[in-house]
Amino acid sequence: METKNLTCIVCPVGCSLTVTLDGDKVVSVTGNTCKRGEAYGIAECTAPTRVLTSTVRVEGGTAPFVSVKSKEAIPKGMLFEAMEAVNKITLHAPCAIGDVVIEDLCGSGIPLVTTKGVKKR
Amino acid sequence: METLDLVIVGGGPAGMAAALGAYEEGIRKMLILDREPQLGGILEQCIHNGFGLHRFGEELTGPEYADRYIQKVTELQIPYRLQTMVLNIHMAEDRDKLITAVNEEDGLFTVKAKAVVLAMGCRERNRGALNTPGTRPAGIYTAGAAQKFVNIKGYMPGKKVVILGSGDIGLIMARRMTLEGAKVEAVCEIQPYSGGLTRNIVQCLEDFDIPLLLSHTITQIHGKKRVTGVTIAQVDERKNPIPGTERYIECDTVLLSVGLIPENELSLGAGVQLDGVTGGALVDETRQTSLPGVFACGNVLHVHDLVDYVSEESDLAGRNAAKYIRHQKAEATIQRKITASGGVRYVIPQTIHLPVTEDQRFYFRVGDIYNKVKITVKSGDEVLYQKGKAKVVPGEMESVAIKADVLNRAGADLEVTLVQEGK
Ligand code: SF4
Repeated sequence: METKNLTCIVCPVGCSLTVTLDGDKVVSVTGNTCKRGEAYGIAECTAPTRVLTSTVRVEGGTAPFVSVKSKEAIPKGMLFEAMEAVNKITLHAPCAIGDVVIEDLCGSGIPLVTTKGVKKR
Repeated sequence: METLDLVIVGGGPAGMAAALGAYEEGIRKMLILDREPQLGGILEQCIHNGFGLHRFGEELTGPEYADRYIQKVTELQIPYRLQTMVLNIHMAEDRDKLITAVNEEDGLFTVKAKAVVLAMGCRERNRGALNTPGTRPAGIYTAGAAQKFVNIKGYMPGKKVVILGSGDIGLIMARRMTLEGAKVEAVCEIQPYSGGLTRNIVQCLEDFDIPLLLSHTITQIHGKKRVTGVTIAQVDERKNPIPGTERYIECDTVLLSVGLIPENELSLGAGVQLDGVTGGALVDETRQTSLPGVFACGNVLHVHDLVDYVSEESDLAGRNAAKYIRHQKAEATIQRKITASGGVRYVIPQTIHLPVTEDQRFYFRVGDIYNKVKITVKSGDEVLYQKGKAKVVPGEMESVAIKADVLNRAGADLEVTLVQEGK
């Protein structure tokens, strides 16, 4: 059996977790203060995910870029591939907060959405 | 001259929450002044997520968090003027305040208000305040300036980066620049612990194998026109570089993330008394400063790590400004000081007027990492409150909530301190 020490990042408390693994299977999670910590410990050791935030170019707007995020967390290993896809895009103003920029980010099934609005110039 | 009930200096998260708090208490004749072209303050450039977990129970990005407040301010038609620089605040003879500001449209103008909320936020410490030897080549930025370049203007300040200081903005920028293709060589932190939130160390450094070098500093920046590299070294307990530990790292960019300072030039000009530790105003439980009718909240009062607490504090300041305007503040009978000791660096508020009718929350920061402590609030020798905590760290603000009746019993000044578990 193997143990991994992690810091839970689900909330700012940052509990120190100890995850015990038997191969790929999580046997136990300790050190968490709440249930979300347990779920994080399991996910982090089996299929870690992160929310991606970045910016996308905008044409004809009052700002040259608009901030975006993956609406949910995507697999951690997919971050750089997703950045490439994000950097290929150019939007046209106006755009509103929450607009879908990419329906399915790199096959994750998660959309990329804007996190602010940009008015037309 | 325009006469108002309330003027709020700053339209970031603090200013907007204060305005909404005052609105809910019935104040309508108010005005928010901000120097930027949009409301939202620094949140506009904080495109990462992690905001709002306490306040909204979900993880929002900075612009999304700001948008929730901008929507409300707009909906309630709370007046604001943007690209407006407040130049000074004066106390008039009748205790009203005169706020002088300038913008393109109105030119120089002065408004009169019964109360003022200071919500100007903070600024970053820069290299000048740090004494790093070397020439002054291009390629040295504060982390916040780099954040603005990358996230708002869309250009990268460099390709190979060393970050001095492990404040949250520096950590966030380590990830951001890595995702945009830069190589972040190292984050050097002079303290033996990080100044940032644990979650940022995990998500921004560990995720990308960026080394966090604790007890390390940059001893020299190389390069004539542009940064070509830095010399780093380990430091001893007294923060002096240890000879023989120097190492050269090639880089074209140095980011500084070495702390934030409340931006209090206006407050000082008005005559507000400041706390030497926080760099912000001395306030009472209503967040009123040493000047009657002048309130302070958010990062101009003390630097917060979570915007959620900025909103909470500013809502309180706004509501209390409204009560002041309506002359509703109960006549205080006793004033008690609240001091910090035993590892606690500072406490907000610094004074309290008793009796109080509502339970009170004291916010504080510690000066070092402490394990297994009892956060203790004392009045003289009497322990009013105690709470065990597995770990407290300088990077994360702590707070304790104390019942009104417990406080009202206090027979002496108050003290917030740490007691080692088992003692
Ligand atoms: S275990 Fe729960 S309380 Fe602890 S950091 Fe994770 S989410 Fe927060």
